[in-house]
Amino acid sequence: MTVLEQRGAYHPSPPPAWQPRTDPAPLLPDAEPHRVLGTDAAESADPALMRRLYAELVRGRRYNAQATALTKQGRLAVYPSSTGQEACEVAAALVLQERDWLFPSYRDTLAAVARGLDPVQALTLLRGDWHTGYDPREHRVAPLSTPLATQLPHAVGLAHAARLKGDDVVALALVGDGGTSEGDFHEALNFAAVWQAPVVFLVQNNGFAISVPLAKQTAAPSLAHKAVGYGMPGRLVDGNDAVAVHQVLTDAVRRAREGGGPTLVEAITYRLDAHTNADDATRYRAADEVDAWRAHDPITLLERELTGRGLLDEAGIEAARADAEAMAADLRARMNQDPALDPMDLFTHVYAEPTPQLREQRDQLRAELAAEREGDSR
Amino acid sequence: MTTVAVKPATMAQALTRAMRDAMASDPTVHVLGEDVGTLGGVFRVTDGLAKEFGEDRCTDTPLAEAGILGAAVGMAMYGLRPVVEMQFDAFAYPAFEQLVSHVAKMRNRTRGAMPLPITVRVPYGGGIGGVEHHSDSSEAYYMATPGLHVVTPATVADAYGLLRAAIASDDPVVVLEPKRLYWSKESWNPEEPAPVEPLGRAVVRRPGRSATLITYGPSLPVCLEAAEAARAEGWDLEVVDLRSLTPFDDETVCASVRRTGRAVVVHESGGFGGPGGEIAARVTERCFHHLEAPVLRVAGFDIPYPPPMLERHHLPGVDRILDAVGRLQWEAEG
Repeated sequence: MTVLEQRGAYHPSPPPAWQPRTDPAPLLPDAEPHRVLGTDAAESADPALMRRLYAELVRGRRYNAQATALTKQGRLAVYPSSTGQEACEVAAALVLQERDWLFPSYRDTLAAVARGLDPVQALTLLRGDWHTGYDPREHRVAPLSTPLATQLPHAVGLAHAARLKGDDVVALALVGDGGTSEGDFHEALNFAAVWQAPVVFLVQNNGFAISVPLAKQTAAPSLAHKAVGYGMPGRLVDGNDAVAVHQVLTDAVRRAREGGGPTLVEAITYRLDAHTNADDATRYRAADEVDAWRAHDPITLLERELTGRGLLDEAGIEAARADAEAMAADLRARMNQDPALDPMDLFTHVYAEPTPQLREQRDQLRAELAAEREGDSR
Repeated sequence: MTTVAVKPATMAQALTRAMRDAMASDPTVHVLGEDVGTLGGVFRVTDGLAKEFGEDRCTDTPLAEAGILGAAVGMAMYGLRPVVEMQFDAFAYPAFEQLVSHVAKMRNRTRGAMPLPITVRVPYGGGIGGVEHHSDSSEAYYMATPGLHVVTPATVADAYGLLRAAIASDDPVVVLEPKRLYWSKESWNPEEPAPVEPLGRAVVRRPGRSATLITYGPSLPVCLEAAEAARAEGWDLEVVDLRSLTPFDDETVCASVRRTGRAVVVHESGGFGGPGGEIAARVTERCFHHLEAPVLRVAGFDIPYPPPMLERHHLPGVDRILDAVGRLQWEAEG
């Protein structure tokens, strides 16, 4: 007799702890991603919001192009471009209230900028000037996280703490498709669901974790399906449809704010550029695949909708482009100035009070710098 | 004036009292971990906290160390002071990335804008007959991580004082709790606990003239016993308890070695790449001309922690310490 048979014999009806606690059906994502643009639903979308999203997309695209150019000029150490994914970035920034928090990954500089961060401060990490160029509390934007998915439990903890304090704060955490394979992704979603923390997880599924395609990343029907096992809803959205992403995230944020707990949103999008400037994307994907996605570009989709419905004309398009160009020119000018760095800062922010060991090393560096200056003046 | 009876207390009770007092005096102090609530921890160190302060202040989490510490990061970002329990030394490893990449670096990454006042309690070390993964000495990993303070109490009074100081610190502190000393008792007056000192001060536990035993945590009682036994050999040993591995108290340690001219570092953790190598190097660099012999190390063997029936052969005991002290008579050998 097997153990299972024994257990069945002794417990003809399972105790309550063994019963499913949640009906999985409402948690399951729809089979098709949510779309607004090009559908009847677009007619009921707010024109002002659509125009705002359009302007931000055009700015975002220009920002990505400018940052990539700065990399080629050696002004940035690296830039992981979000070209093609701007709809996710912009919508993530715009659905949040000022008091809410954004937890970006290394590819989400644009989301931080769309939230209102100074573009130069947002690029500090990638320039190599310092690790984080802004005060996270001032902007409610956590430092850009380079280790994958490790920022997700932070979002959960922060949202949990805010709720304990009685504050009406939602945390929105961004992660890529590769990040969903990490242990921290699992632990964060599990904690969030158990604690019913006011968190929204947005997976930007751009098809590749550097070079590894989604099919080698997961066997799940979709990344949104992963939500069900944690007891939270999974939602699937066309990540290039800015209005659809905005709608789905708005619903998820509202649900979190009202005490409904976390949501996992999977946005299906595509990274048109390589992983970073150090990557050769032609080694792992075909040109016709990239071309197909170019035809489904987030800016094209929204522009077509707006012009088709008479909500945007040539002058409007030009105005958006001119605004983006001005932003790029300002960014270029400011990034072309060498940052003023103080080597003594190396010891300033390791501990609240430097340890005796660090004080010794600080003195050593100070002496080395003095000797350098003396050498220069000779 | 009322006098409170000084009664024997265990290290575990002092740690509990430290958390209780911290929680009572600061509403932002939160305890979280697996089993810390209803059960009061597998070692009962959080006993009664959930009952007294509620489950929101002392929270049973899902069983996931990275999640526990990662959530604590977010809580600290929002202004709370989380005290995290890692249950056993070797169970803390899944949280290592959170500890190294975020907890230790957040102040630095944000140029001081976002310090993380997190306390990570790790019951550590052997001598309790635990099966594998329950007896590791992981202090070298923590010491090798800039941004962390690492402390380890060896007495009941220090258990209280160091944990209070850790919770009060604006920086992350790893508190390594020697689990085989959890039930060691001392006379202790909980109404007048030792003043909460700044972290980073070593203390001379036993003055002596012949040589210095430099030790910490679970090895302190062993060293004190060895020092008593050494009297029969005509050796008068000084015993220094580090209490804090980071920051390291060079001053107290080197003052002692300059007085005695000889030193042995004693710890359970393996010797290769272990804390003793760092301590011996520091002492040698600073006290070379005072030394009558090389700084010796008495450490655990460089092996995965052995099964409980063999651990007594691995752990530094009185005899091994006395052998090393004997070898300090360098001139005779020369």
